[in-house]
Amino acid sequence: MAVKIELGRRYRFAASHRLHTEKLSEEENARVFGKCANPYGHGHNYVLEVSLSGDVDPATGMIANLAELDPFVEREVIDVFDHHSLNEDVAAFRDVVPTTENLCIEIYERLKSFPHAKLERVRVQETTNNSFEYDGSQKGKRS
Amino acid sequence: MFGKCNNPHGHGHNYTLEVTVAGEPDPVTGMVLDLKELKEILEREVMQRMDHRFLNYEVAELKEKIPTCENIARVIWDLLDPKIKQGKLHRVRLYESADLFADCYRNGAAC
Repeated sequence: MAVKIELGRRYRFAASHRLHTEKLSEEENARVFGKCANPYGHGHNYVLEVSLSGDVDPATGMIANLAELDPFVEREVIDVFDHHSLNEDVAAFRDVVPTTENLCIEIYERLKSFPHAKLERVRVQETTNNSFEYDGSQKGKRS
Repeated sequence: MFGKCNNPHGHGHNYTLEVTVAGEPDPVTGMVLDLKELKEILEREVMQRMDHRFLNYEVAELKEKIPTCENIARVIWDLLDPKIKQGKLHRVRLYESADLFADCYRNGAAC
């Protein structure tokens, strides 16, 4: 019987953001984003969950070796975002609001080239009550 | 390849198993599957086989396999799937630690 197996790995990073867009007036920004539009931004302890699929190598019993996955995610995501301002320090968010939806898309795009397994989805938890997932199926829909 | 996981006398984890069963709730009981029954299946098929056991040596289903999280999750899926008669096994998620887990789905049913 065919079974699909995925490997899930969690990572953590802290980053700040401000939800604000030039496309809206100050009043509209305040109405849409509330306190998240406060001028100097605010921070979150993000939790990133990366899911990979692929054949389980019969020799190693693994979909992907963490010794390869961890440094890849560190380099592509953690080093770039951890203890940084998403708005100021990440080029992708120069003109894109760094909501966690958009953060999921950016992280997915950064990780999809992992060479040893297929990236199924990324899930980003902004707080214990908010999380977002992206599986690449809405490419180009970022706003 | 395996780093410290390859140390000769093994090492342990506090595994956490999450089992999801999907189906229509029974019109009388309102349940997809009686939790009591699921608990008995998990106790018999998984806990008695694996809890406080040396996975490499004491679990027949893992004899020819490296007991990675992926392989253990697959073995658990194969043990549970035929035993769950009400509803259908939807997902087996096995946590090796809070930051590492493997998911098993029926192929084509991954969400």
